[in-house]
Amino acid sequence: MLPKKNVMLGLVFAVVPLFQASSTVIAADAPAPAATPAAVVAPAAPPAPAPITDPVKLRERGQILALSCSGCHGTDGKSASIIPSIYGKTTGYIESALRDFKSGARMSTVMSRHAKGYTDDEIHLIAEYFGNLSKKKN
Amino acid sequence: MSISRRDFNKLLVSGVAGSAFGLFGMTGTSFAAGGAKKHVVVVGGGFGGAATAKYLRKLDPSLAVTLIEPKAAYVTCPFSNWVLGGLKTMKDITHTYAALHAKHGVNVIADRVVAVDPAKGTVKLSGGKTIGYDRLVVSPGIDFKFDAIPGYSQKIAESKIPHAWQAGPQTLLLQRQLHAMKNGGTVVICPPDNPFRCPPGPYERASLVAHYLKANKPKSKIIILDAKEKFSKQGLFTKGWERLYPGMIEWRSATGGGKVLKLDADKMTLETDLGAVKGDVINIIPAQKAGKIAFDAGLTNEKGWCPINPSSFESTIHKGIHIVGDACVAGAMPKSGFAASSQGKVAAAAIVNLLRGQEPAPPSLVNTCYSLIGPKYGVSVAGVYQLSATGIVDIPGSGGLTPADASDDQLEQEALFAEGWYTNICKDIWG
Repeated sequence: MLPKKNVMLGLVFAVVPLFQASSTVIAADAPAPAATPAAVVAPAAPPAPAPITDPVKLRERGQILALSCSGCHGTDGKSASIIPSIYGKTTGYIESALRDFKSGARMSTVMSRHAKGYTDDEIHLIAEYFGNLSKKKN
Repeated sequence: MSISRRDFNKLLVSGVAGSAFGLFGMTGTSFAAGGAKKHVVVVGGGFGGAATAKYLRKLDPSLAVTLIEPKAAYVTCPFSNWVLGGLKTMKDITHTYAALHAKHGVNVIADRVVAVDPAKGTVKLSGGKTIGYDRLVVSPGIDFKFDAIPGYSQKIAESKIPHAWQAGPQTLLLQRQLHAMKNGGTVVICPPDNPFRCPPGPYERASLVAHYLKANKPKSKIIILDAKEKFSKQGLFTKGWERLYPGMIEWRSATGGGKVLKLDADKMTLETDLGAVKGDVINIIPAQKAGKIAFDAGLTNEKGWCPINPSSFESTIHKGIHIVGDACVAGAMPKSGFAASSQGKVAAAAIVNLLRGQEPAPPSLVNTCYSLIGPKYGVSVAGVYQLSATGIVDIPGSGGLTPADASDDQLEQEALFAEGWYTNICKDIWG
Protein backbone atom coordinates (compact mmCIF):
# COMPACT_ATOMS: atom_id res chain seq x y z
CA MET A 1 0.00 0.00 0.00
CA LEU A 2 1.60 3.25 -1.08
CA PRO A 3 1.16 6.42 0.89
CA LYS A 4 -1.50 8.84 -0.19
CA LYS A 5 -0.28 11.88 -1.99
CA ASN A 6 -1.24 14.18 0.81
CA VAL A 7 2.28 14.06 2.18
CA MET A 8 3.23 16.88 -0.17
CA LEU A 9 5.62 19.39 1.27
CA GLY A 10 5.10 17.93 4.65
CA LEU A 11 2.13 20.15 5.31
CA VAL A 12 -0.52 17.57 5.91
CA PHE A 13 0.63 15.22 8.57
CA ALA A 14 -2.13 14.10 10.84
CA VAL A 15 -3.84 12.00 8.27
CA VAL A 16 -4.79 8.57 9.43
CA PRO A 17 -4.42 6.71 6.11
CA LEU A 18 -0.87 7.94 5.95
CA PHE A 19 -0.09 6.01 9.08
CA GLN A 20 -1.99 2.98 8.02
CA ALA A 21 0.42 2.84 5.14
CA SER A 22 3.22 3.02 7.67
CA SER A 23 4.78 5.68 5.54
CA THR A 24 6.20 7.96 8.19
CA VAL A 25 9.64 7.07 6.94
CA ILE A 26 9.18 9.07 3.78
CA ALA A 27 10.80 12.43 4.11
CA ALA A 28 8.40 15.06 3.00
CA ASP A 29 10.46 17.92 1.76
CA ALA A 30 9.89 16.73 -1.75
CA PRO A 31 6.92 14.77 -3.03
CA ALA A 32 7.49 11.08 -2.66
CA PRO A 33 8.19 9.49 -6.01
CA ALA A 34 5.57 7.03 -7.12
CA ALA A 35 8.07 4.21 -7.18
CA THR A 36 9.07 4.70 -3.57
CA PRO A 37 8.71 1.41 -1.79
CA ALA A 38 6.31 1.82 1.08
CA ALA A 39 7.56 0.48 4.35
CA VAL A 40 4.69 -1.89 4.68
CA VAL A 41 4.99 -4.04 7.73
CA ALA A 42 5.45 -7.71 7.04
CA PRO A 43 2.54 -10.01 7.86
CA ALA A 44 2.46 -11.61 11.30
CA ALA A 45 3.87 -14.86 10.00
CA PRO A 46 6.38 -14.13 7.29
CA PRO A 47 7.50 -17.10 5.20
CA ALA A 48 10.92 -18.55 5.77
CA PRO A 49 13.49 -16.27 4.16
CA ALA A 50 14.84 -17.33 0.81
CA PRO A 51 18.52 -18.30 0.78
CA ILE A 52 20.68 -15.19 0.70
CA THR A 53 23.38 -14.88 -1.91
CA ASP A 54 24.15 -11.14 -2.01
CA PRO A 55 27.38 -10.56 0.00
CA VAL A 56 26.04 -7.35 1.59
CA LYS A 57 22.89 -9.13 2.70
CA LEU A 58 24.94 -12.04 4.01
CA ARG A 59 27.02 -9.67 6.11
CA GLU A 60 23.84 -8.02 7.41
CA ARG A 61 22.42 -11.43 8.27
CA GLY A 62 25.64 -12.24 10.12
CA GLN A 63 25.33 -8.99 12.04
CA ILE A 64 21.70 -9.64 13.04
CA LEU A 65 22.62 -13.13 14.24
CA ALA A 66 25.71 -11.79 16.04
CA LEU A 67 23.63 -9.26 17.98
CA SER A 68 22.28 -12.20 19.95
CA CYS A 69 25.77 -12.97 21.23
CA SER A 70 26.39 -9.54 22.78
CA GLY A 71 23.81 -10.09 25.56
CA CYS A 72 26.34 -12.39 27.28
CA HIS A 73 29.65 -11.78 25.49
CA GLY A 74 29.47 -8.00 25.42
CA THR A 75 28.98 -5.40 22.70
CA ASP A 76 30.91 -6.48 19.57
CA GLY A 77 31.81 -9.64 21.48
CA LYS A 78 34.12 -7.73 23.82
CA SER A 79 33.66 -9.21 27.26
CA ALA A 80 34.31 -7.24 30.44
CA SER A 81 33.95 -10.32 32.64
CA ILE A 82 34.96 -13.98 32.91
CA ILE A 83 32.74 -14.82 29.94
CA PRO A 84 35.11 -15.30 26.99
CA SER A 85 35.39 -12.55 24.38
CA ILE A 86 34.44 -13.43 20.83
CA TYR A 87 36.15 -10.31 19.54
CA GLY A 88 39.75 -10.86 18.59
CA LYS A 89 39.27 -14.45 17.49
CA THR A 90 39.49 -15.63 13.90
CA THR A 91 36.56 -16.76 11.80
CA GLY A 92 37.85 -20.33 11.74
CA TYR A 93 38.34 -20.48 15.49
CA ILE A 94 34.85 -19.16 16.24
CA GLU A 95 33.23 -21.41 13.67
CA SER A 96 34.96 -24.51 14.98
CA ALA A 97 34.08 -23.63 18.58
CA LEU A 98 30.40 -23.12 17.75
CA ARG A 99 30.21 -26.33 15.74
CA ASP A 100 31.83 -28.25 18.59
CA PHE A 101 29.40 -26.71 21.09
CA LYS A 102 26.57 -27.72 18.81
CA SER A 103 27.74 -31.31 18.44
CA GLY A 104 28.66 -31.62 22.10
CA ALA A 105 32.31 -32.30 21.25
CA ARG A 106 33.27 -29.30 23.39
CA MET A 107 32.20 -29.09 27.02
CA SER A 108 30.02 -26.12 27.95
CA THR A 109 27.25 -24.89 30.22
CA VAL A 110 24.81 -22.89 28.07
CA MET A 111 26.70 -22.76 24.78
CA SER A 112 25.58 -26.15 23.48
CA ARG A 113 21.97 -25.15 24.17
CA HIS A 114 22.47 -21.94 22.19
CA ALA A 115 24.54 -23.36 19.33
CA LYS A 116 21.85 -25.94 18.57
CA GLY A 117 19.59 -23.04 17.59
CA TYR A 118 21.68 -22.16 14.52
CA THR A 119 22.29 -23.90 11.21
CA ASP A 120 25.85 -24.53 10.07
CA ASP A 121 25.42 -21.73 7.55
CA GLU A 122 24.30 -19.34 10.28
CA ILE A 123 27.23 -20.38 12.45
CA HIS A 124 29.52 -19.56 9.54
CA LEU A 125 27.94 -16.10 9.13
CA ILE A 126 28.27 -15.36 12.86
CA ALA A 127 31.90 -16.48 12.83
CA GLU A 128 32.64 -14.45 9.73
CA TYR A 129 31.00 -11.35 11.20
CA PHE A 130 33.11 -11.45 14.36
CA GLY A 131 36.22 -12.52 12.46
CA ASN A 132 35.91 -9.54 10.11
CA LEU A 133 35.07 -7.18 12.95
CA SER A 134 38.30 -8.12 14.70
CA LYS A 135 40.33 -7.72 11.51
CA LYS A 136 38.82 -4.34 10.80
CA LYS A 137 39.56 -2.85 14.17
CA ASN A 138 42.98 -4.39 14.73
CA MET B 1 7.66 14.65 9.25
CA SER B 2 7.76 18.43 9.33
CA ILE B 3 6.34 18.48 12.82
CA SER B 4 8.80 15.90 13.88
CA ARG B 5 11.75 17.81 12.61
CA ARG B 6 10.62 21.20 13.73
CA ASP B 7 9.98 20.10 17.26
CA PHE B 8 13.12 18.09 17.31
CA ASN B 9 15.30 20.98 16.27
CA LYS B 10 13.58 23.21 18.77
CA LEU B 11 14.34 20.74 21.48
CA LEU B 12 17.85 19.78 20.59
CA VAL B 13 19.91 22.82 20.04
CA SER B 14 23.25 21.39 19.14
CA GLY B 15 25.22 18.30 18.51
CA VAL B 16 22.62 16.22 16.79
CA ALA B 17 21.12 18.10 13.91
CA GLY B 18 23.27 19.09 11.01
CA SER B 19 25.54 16.84 9.09
CA ALA B 20 23.02 14.23 8.13
CA PHE B 21 22.37 15.37 4.60
CA GLY B 22 25.23 13.56 2.99
CA LEU B 23 24.53 10.37 4.88
CA PHE B 24 20.95 10.28 3.77
CA GLY B 25 22.03 10.46 0.18
CA MET B 26 23.69 7.08 0.60
CA THR B 27 20.92 5.22 2.28
CA GLY B 28 18.70 4.52 -0.67
CA THR B 29 16.00 5.82 -2.85
CA SER B 30 13.28 6.13 -0.29
CA PHE B 31 14.57 9.33 1.20
CA ALA B 32 13.34 12.34 -0.57
CA ALA B 33 16.14 14.80 0.02
CA GLY B 34 15.67 16.40 3.39
CA GLY B 35 17.93 18.37 5.63
CA ALA B 36 17.20 16.70 8.93
CA LYS B 37 17.92 13.44 10.56
CA LYS B 38 15.31 10.80 11.06
CA HIS B 39 14.26 10.95 14.66
CA VAL B 40 13.44 7.91 16.78
CA VAL B 41 12.03 8.47 20.25
CA VAL B 42 12.40 5.72 22.85
CA VAL B 43 10.17 5.77 25.91
CA GLY B 44 11.63 3.93 28.90
CA GLY B 45 15.26 3.33 29.84
CA GLY B 46 15.17 -0.26 31.08
CA PHE B 47 16.65 -3.33 29.38
CA GLY B 48 14.41 -3.00 26.32
CA GLY B 49 14.40 0.76 25.79
CA ALA B 50 18.05 1.47 26.54
CA ALA B 51 19.18 -1.43 24.32
CA THR B 52 17.02 -0.13 21.48
CA ALA B 53 18.39 3.40 21.84
CA LYS B 54 22.01 2.28 21.88
CA TYR B 55 21.66 -0.15 18.99
CA LEU B 56 19.72 2.32 16.84
CA ARG B 57 22.72 4.63 17.02
CA LYS B 58 25.15 1.76 16.56
CA LEU B 59 23.38 0.34 13.51
CA ASP B 60 22.75 3.72 11.89
CA PRO B 61 24.78 6.65 13.27
CA SER B 62 22.83 9.01 10.99
CA LEU B 63 19.75 8.61 13.18
CA ALA B 64 18.83 11.04 15.92
CA VAL B 65 17.70 9.08 18.96
CA THR B 66 16.00 10.50 22.03
CA LEU B 67 15.51 8.40 25.16
CA ILE B 68 12.86 9.64 27.58
CA GLU B 69 13.09 8.23 31.09
CA PRO B 70 12.03 9.96 34.32
CA LYS B 71 14.56 8.23 36.58
CA ALA B 72 18.13 9.49 36.68
CA ALA B 73 19.37 5.91 36.98
CA TYR B 74 17.93 2.47 36.43
CA VAL B 75 17.98 -0.19 39.14
CA THR B 76 17.79 -3.63 37.59
CA CYS B 77 15.37 -6.29 38.76
CA PRO B 78 17.92 -8.90 37.72
CA PHE B 79 20.40 -9.24 40.58
CA SER B 80 18.11 -7.45 43.05
CA ASN B 81 17.67 -10.88 44.64
CA TRP B 82 21.45 -10.96 45.03
CA VAL B 83 21.10 -7.75 47.05
CA LEU B 84 18.51 -9.42 49.28
CA GLY B 85 20.90 -12.33 49.74
CA GLY B 86 23.70 -9.97 50.77
CA LEU B 87 25.81 -10.77 47.70
CA LYS B 88 25.51 -7.40 45.94
CA THR B 89 24.78 -3.81 46.90
CA MET B 90 22.21 -1.45 45.42
CA LYS B 91 25.07 0.48 43.84
CA ASP B 92 26.12 -2.64 41.95
CA ILE B 93 22.72 -2.87 40.26
CA THR B 94 22.21 0.83 39.48
CA HIS B 95 23.06 2.14 36.02
CA THR B 96 22.99 5.71 34.73
CA TYR B 97 22.40 6.99 31.21
CA ALA B 98 25.67 8.92 31.06
CA ALA B 99 27.38 6.52 28.64
CA LEU B 100 24.36 6.32 26.34
CA HIS B 101 24.64 10.06 25.94
CA ALA B 102 28.40 10.58 25.97
CA LYS B 103 29.55 7.47 24.11
CA HIS B 104 26.62 6.72 21.86
CA GLY B 105 25.11 10.11 21.13
CA VAL B 106 21.67 9.34 22.54
CA ASN B 107 19.79 12.42 23.66
CA VAL B 108 18.48 11.59 27.14
CA ILE B 109 15.54 13.52 28.56
CA ALA B 110 14.68 13.04 32.23
CA ASP B 111 10.93 13.35 32.01
CA ARG B 112 7.81 11.22 31.81
CA VAL B 113 5.73 10.72 28.68
CA VAL B 114 2.10 11.46 29.57
CA ALA B 115 0.50 11.09 26.14
CA VAL B 116 1.21 9.66 22.72
CA ASP B 117 -0.50 10.88 19.57
CA PRO B 118 0.00 8.13 17.00
CA ALA B 119 -1.80 10.11 14.28
CA LYS B 120 0.42 13.16 14.63
CA GLY B 121 3.52 11.18 15.56
CA THR B 122 4.18 13.05 18.77
CA VAL B 123 4.71 12.38 22.45
CA LYS B 124 3.86 14.80 25.21
CA LEU B 125 6.02 15.12 28.33
CA SER B 126 4.83 15.90 31.83
CA GLY B 127 6.94 19.05 31.65
CA GLY B 128 4.69 20.26 28.82
CA LYS B 129 6.96 19.72 25.79
CA THR B 130 5.74 17.91 22.71
CA ILE B 131 8.29 15.92 20.72
CA GLY B 132 7.79 14.55 17.23
CA TYR B 133 9.07 11.23 16.00
CA ASP B 134 9.51 9.32 12.77
CA ARG B 135 9.33 6.07 14.72
CA LEU B 136 8.47 5.57 18.37
CA VAL B 137 9.67 2.78 20.65
CA VAL B 138 7.74 2.13 23.85
CA SER B 139 9.41 -0.02 26.49
CA PRO B 140 7.26 0.62 29.55
CA GLY B 141 7.88 -2.54 31.56
CA ILE B 142 5.15 -3.72 33.89
CA ASP B 143 2.47 -2.35 36.10
CA PHE B 144 0.67 -4.23 38.88
CA LYS B 145 -2.89 -5.46 39.38
CA PHE B 146 -2.92 -4.65 43.08
CA ASP B 147 -6.61 -5.47 43.33
CA ALA B 148 -6.06 -9.09 42.28
CA ILE B 149 -5.63 -9.95 45.97
CA PRO B 150 -8.35 -8.40 48.16
CA GLY B 151 -6.77 -6.40 50.95
CA TYR B 152 -3.65 -5.54 48.97
CA SER B 153 -3.00 -2.09 47.50
CA GLN B 154 -0.20 0.10 46.22
CA LYS B 155 -0.24 1.95 49.53
CA ILE B 156 0.27 -1.26 51.51
CA ALA B 157 2.98 -2.31 49.05
CA GLU B 158 4.86 0.91 49.66
CA SER B 159 4.57 0.83 53.43
CA LYS B 160 4.27 -2.70 54.75
CA ILE B 161 4.11 -5.56 52.28
CA PRO B 162 6.47 -4.89 49.37
CA HIS B 163 6.30 -6.50 45.95
CA ALA B 164 9.96 -5.65 45.26
CA TRP B 165 9.27 -6.54 41.62
CA GLN B 166 10.48 -3.18 40.41
CA ALA B 167 13.89 -2.75 41.95
CA GLY B 168 14.79 0.30 44.01
CA PRO B 169 13.00 1.51 47.16
CA GLN B 170 10.91 -1.67 47.17
CA THR B 171 14.04 -3.83 47.27
CA LEU B 172 15.36 -1.81 50.21
CA LEU B 173 12.05 -2.06 52.08
CA LEU B 174 12.05 -5.84 51.78
CA GLN B 175 15.72 -5.98 52.74
CA ARG B 176 15.09 -3.86 55.89
CA GLN B 177 12.24 -6.15 56.90
CA LEU B 178 14.40 -9.25 56.45
CA HIS B 179 17.16 -7.67 58.51
CA ALA B 180 14.70 -6.69 61.26
CA MET B 181 13.02 -10.09 61.41
CA LYS B 182 13.65 -12.31 64.43
CA ASN B 183 15.49 -15.61 64.17
CA GLY B 184 12.72 -18.16 63.78
CA GLY B 185 10.47 -15.87 61.79
CA THR B 186 8.47 -16.80 58.73
CA VAL B 187 8.92 -15.16 55.34
CA VAL B 188 5.98 -15.63 52.98
CA ILE B 189 6.50 -15.10 49.24
CA CYS B 190 3.44 -15.01 46.97
CA PRO B 191 4.27 -15.34 43.24
CA PRO B 192 1.57 -14.54 40.68
CA ASP B 193 0.01 -16.60 37.93
CA ASN B 194 1.47 -16.45 34.41
CA PRO B 195 2.38 -14.34 32.55
CA PHE B 196 4.66 -12.20 34.69
CA ARG B 197 8.09 -10.58 34.69
CA CYS B 198 10.99 -12.98 35.29
CA PRO B 199 9.35 -16.41 35.68
CA PRO B 200 12.19 -17.95 37.78
CA GLY B 201 12.61 -14.74 39.83
CA PRO B 202 10.37 -15.53 42.82
CA TYR B 203 12.16 -18.85 43.32
CA GLU B 204 15.60 -17.32 43.02
CA ARG B 205 14.37 -14.84 45.62
CA ALA B 206 13.34 -17.66 47.96
CA SER B 207 16.79 -19.22 47.41
CA LEU B 208 18.80 -16.10 48.19
CA VAL B 209 16.61 -15.06 51.11
CA ALA B 210 17.24 -18.59 52.41
CA HIS B 211 20.96 -18.02 51.91
CA TYR B 212 20.74 -14.89 54.06
CA LEU B 213 18.58 -16.56 56.70
CA LYS B 214 20.73 -19.70 56.91
CA ALA B 215 23.75 -17.58 57.78
CA ASN B 216 21.97 -15.08 60.03
CA LYS B 217 18.65 -16.47 61.29
CA PRO B 218 18.85 -20.22 60.79
CA LYS B 219 15.64 -21.10 62.66
CA SER B 220 13.58 -19.13 60.15
CA LYS B 221 11.35 -20.50 57.44
CA ILE B 222 10.16 -19.51 53.98
CA ILE B 223 6.71 -20.41 52.69
CA ILE B 224 5.91 -19.87 49.02
CA LEU B 225 2.17 -19.50 48.40
CA ASP B 226 1.97 -19.91 44.64
CA ALA B 227 -0.87 -18.94 42.31
CA LYS B 228 0.38 -21.68 39.95
CA GLU B 229 0.59 -25.47 39.85
CA LYS B 230 4.18 -25.48 38.65
CA PHE B 231 6.96 -23.00 38.07
CA SER B 232 10.06 -22.22 36.01
CA LYS B 233 13.13 -24.43 36.60
CA GLN B 234 11.08 -26.24 39.26
CA GLY B 235 13.14 -29.44 39.33
CA LEU B 236 16.42 -27.52 39.56
CA PHE B 237 15.18 -25.23 42.32
CA THR B 238 13.63 -28.06 44.32
CA LYS B 239 16.84 -30.08 44.18
CA GLY B 240 18.94 -27.02 45.06
CA TRP B 241 16.74 -26.19 48.05
CA GLU B 242 17.02 -29.76 49.36
CA ARG B 243 20.78 -29.64 49.04
CA LEU B 244 21.49 -26.14 50.35
CA TYR B 245 18.58 -25.26 52.63
CA PRO B 246 17.02 -28.54 53.81
CA GLY B 247 13.68 -28.00 55.54
CA MET B 248 13.78 -24.23 55.17
CA ILE B 249 11.68 -23.59 52.04
CA GLU B 250 8.15 -24.91 51.66
CA TRP B 251 6.37 -24.46 48.30
CA ARG B 252 2.58 -24.78 48.10
CA SER B 253 0.89 -25.09 44.72
CA ALA B 254 -2.28 -23.13 44.00
CA THR B 255 -4.51 -26.13 44.72
CA GLY B 256 -2.32 -27.26 47.60
CA GLY B 257 -3.15 -24.26 49.74
CA GLY B 258 -1.04 -21.80 47.77
CA LYS B 259 -3.77 -19.65 46.26
CA VAL B 260 -4.10 -16.45 48.27
CA LEU B 261 -7.75 -15.48 48.70
CA LYS B 262 -7.28 -12.42 50.86
CA LEU B 263 -4.69 -10.38 52.71
CA ASP B 264 -5.15 -8.99 56.21
CA ALA B 265 -2.28 -6.52 56.34
CA ASP B 266 -2.93 -5.51 59.98
CA LYS B 267 -2.71 -9.10 61.19
CA MET B 268 -0.02 -10.02 58.61
CA THR B 269 -2.03 -13.03 57.54
CA LEU B 270 -2.98 -14.51 54.17
CA GLU B 271 -6.16 -16.47 53.76
CA THR B 272 -5.96 -19.65 51.66
CA ASP B 273 -8.23 -22.61 50.92
CA LEU B 274 -6.37 -24.53 53.61
CA GLY B 275 -6.50 -21.86 56.31
CA ALA B 276 -4.67 -18.70 57.27
CA VAL B 277 -0.90 -18.30 56.92
CA LYS B 278 0.89 -15.77 59.11
CA GLY B 279 4.10 -14.11 58.04
CA ASP B 280 6.64 -11.97 59.84
CA VAL B 281 7.67 -10.69 56.42
CA ILE B 282 5.27 -10.94 53.49
CA ASN B 283 6.30 -10.38 49.89
CA ILE B 284 3.36 -10.29 47.49
CA ILE B 285 4.30 -10.25 43.81
CA PRO B 286 1.01 -9.16 42.23
CA ALA B 287 -0.37 -10.16 38.86
CA GLN B 288 0.85 -7.82 36.14
CA LYS B 289 -0.01 -5.88 33.00
CA ALA B 290 1.84 -3.59 30.62
CA GLY B 291 3.19 -0.32 32.01
CA LYS B 292 0.80 2.62 32.21
CA ILE B 293 1.89 4.53 29.13
CA ALA B 294 1.04 1.49 26.97
CA PHE B 295 -2.58 1.78 28.15
CA ASP B 296 -2.64 5.56 27.78
CA ALA B 297 -1.34 5.23 24.22
CA GLY B 298 -3.94 2.61 23.34
CA LEU B 299 -1.35 -0.07 22.63
CA THR B 300 -2.81 -2.86 24.81
CA ASN B 301 -5.13 -5.79 24.10
CA GLU B 302 -7.96 -7.11 26.28
CA LYS B 303 -5.45 -8.96 28.47
CA GLY B 304 -3.48 -5.82 29.20
CA TRP B 305 -0.40 -6.55 27.06
CA CYS B 306 0.77 -5.09 23.75
CA PRO B 307 0.32 -7.17 20.59
CA ILE B 308 3.15 -6.73 18.08
CA ASN B 309 4.34 -7.89 14.70
CA PRO B 310 7.19 -10.23 15.69
CA SER B 311 9.40 -9.37 12.74
CA SER B 312 9.68 -5.71 13.75
CA PHE B 313 7.99 -5.43 17.18
CA GLU B 314 5.76 -2.80 15.62
CA SER B 315 2.38 -2.50 17.28
CA THR B 316 -0.46 -4.23 15.45
CA ILE B 317 -2.71 -1.48 16.79
CA HIS B 318 -0.78 1.70 15.95
CA LYS B 319 1.64 1.84 13.03
CA GLY B 320 4.93 3.57 13.60
CA ILE B 321 5.11 2.51 17.25
CA HIS B 322 7.25 -0.41 18.38
CA ILE B 323 6.90 -2.11 21.76
CA VAL B 324 9.69 -4.15 23.31
CA GLY B 325 10.26 -5.86 26.64
CA ASP B 326 7.89 -7.17 29.29
CA ALA B 327 4.93 -5.18 27.96
CA CYS B 328 4.78 -6.86 24.55
CA VAL B 329 3.30 -10.20 23.58
CA ALA B 330 6.32 -12.14 22.33
CA GLY B 331 5.14 -15.74 22.05
CA ALA B 332 7.59 -18.23 23.54
CA MET B 333 9.93 -15.54 24.87
CA PRO B 334 9.72 -14.99 28.63
CA LYS B 335 9.36 -11.54 30.15
CA SER B 336 13.03 -11.16 31.03
CA GLY B 337 15.61 -8.42 30.85
CA PHE B 338 17.63 -10.47 28.41
CA ALA B 339 14.60 -11.05 26.17
CA ALA B 340 13.82 -7.32 26.31
CA SER B 341 17.33 -6.44 25.18
CA SER B 342 17.21 -9.02 22.37
CA GLN B 343 13.88 -7.60 21.23
CA GLY B 344 15.33 -4.09 21.46
CA LYS B 345 18.15 -5.01 19.08
CA VAL B 346 15.73 -6.63 16.65
CA ALA B 347 13.43 -3.60 16.83
CA ALA B 348 16.40 -1.29 16.25
CA ALA B 349 17.46 -3.25 13.16
CA ALA B 350 13.88 -3.29 11.87
CA ILE B 351 13.50 0.46 12.41
CA VAL B 352 16.71 1.13 10.51
CA ASN B 353 15.31 -0.97 7.64
CA LEU B 354 11.90 0.67 7.75
CA LEU B 355 13.32 4.18 7.81
CA ARG B 356 15.22 3.27 4.63
CA GLY B 357 12.03 2.01 3.01
CA GLN B 358 13.14 -1.62 3.31
CA GLU B 359 11.43 -4.66 4.73
CA PRO B 360 12.70 -5.62 8.18
CA ALA B 361 15.32 -8.35 7.94
CA PRO B 362 14.39 -11.68 9.53
CA PRO B 363 15.02 -11.34 13.27
CA SER B 364 17.28 -13.41 15.48
CA LEU B 365 15.94 -13.63 19.02
CA VAL B 366 17.52 -15.20 22.06
CA ASN B 367 17.20 -15.45 25.82
CA THR B 368 19.37 -16.61 28.69
CA CYS B 369 18.13 -16.48 32.28
CA TYR B 370 20.48 -17.35 35.08
CA SER B 371 19.20 -18.01 38.57
CA LEU B 372 21.39 -18.27 41.63
CA ILE B 373 20.32 -20.84 44.20
CA GLY B 374 23.45 -20.35 46.30
CA PRO B 375 26.71 -18.41 45.84
CA LYS B 376 28.31 -21.40 44.08
CA TYR B 377 25.11 -22.90 42.72
CA GLY B 378 23.83 -21.42 39.48
CA VAL B 379 21.28 -22.74 37.00
CA SER B 380 20.08 -21.38 33.68
CA VAL B 381 17.49 -21.61 30.98
CA ALA B 382 18.29 -20.66 27.40
CA GLY B 383 16.11 -20.12 24.35
CA VAL B 384 16.72 -19.43 20.68
CA TYR B 385 13.65 -18.39 18.73
CA GLN B 386 12.30 -18.17 15.22
CA LEU B 387 9.16 -16.88 13.58
CA SER B 388 6.43 -19.31 12.64
CA ALA B 389 2.81 -19.06 11.55
CA THR B 390 1.88 -18.77 15.23
CA GLY B 391 4.43 -16.10 16.10
CA ILE B 392 7.68 -16.44 18.02
CA VAL B 393 8.49 -20.08 18.82
CA ASP B 394 11.42 -22.04 20.18
CA ILE B 395 13.74 -23.51 17.57
CA PRO B 396 13.25 -27.26 18.04
CA GLY B 397 16.19 -28.98 19.68
CA SER B 398 17.75 -25.78 20.99
CA GLY B 399 17.68 -24.06 24.35
CA GLY B 400 16.52 -25.62 27.58
CA LEU B 401 17.64 -26.00 31.16
CA THR B 402 20.79 -26.79 33.05
CA PRO B 403 20.86 -30.62 33.09
CA ALA B 404 19.26 -32.18 36.17
CA ASP B 405 22.44 -34.19 36.75
CA ALA B 406 24.81 -31.23 36.38
CA SER B 407 27.96 -31.69 38.49
CA ASP B 408 28.88 -29.36 41.34
CA ASP B 409 31.61 -28.03 39.10
CA GLN B 410 29.11 -27.14 36.37
CA LEU B 411 26.76 -25.50 38.87
CA GLU B 412 29.62 -23.41 40.22
CA GLN B 413 30.65 -22.48 36.68
CA GLU B 414 27.07 -21.37 35.95
CA ALA B 415 27.11 -19.21 39.08
CA LEU B 416 30.33 -17.59 37.83
CA PHE B 417 28.86 -17.11 34.36
CA ALA B 418 25.72 -15.59 35.91
CA GLU B 419 27.81 -12.83 37.39
CA GLY B 420 29.78 -12.45 34.17
CA TRP B 421 26.55 -12.26 32.22
CA TYR B 422 25.25 -9.46 34.43
CA THR B 423 28.42 -7.41 33.99
CA ASN B 424 28.35 -7.81 30.23
CA ILE B 425 24.66 -7.29 29.56
CA CYS B 426 24.59 -4.12 31.64
CA LYS B 427 27.60 -2.81 29.75
CA ASP B 428 25.97 -3.89 26.47
CA ILE B 429 22.89 -1.84 27.33
CA TRP B 430 23.92 1.13 29.50
CA GLY B 431 27.69 1.14 28.92
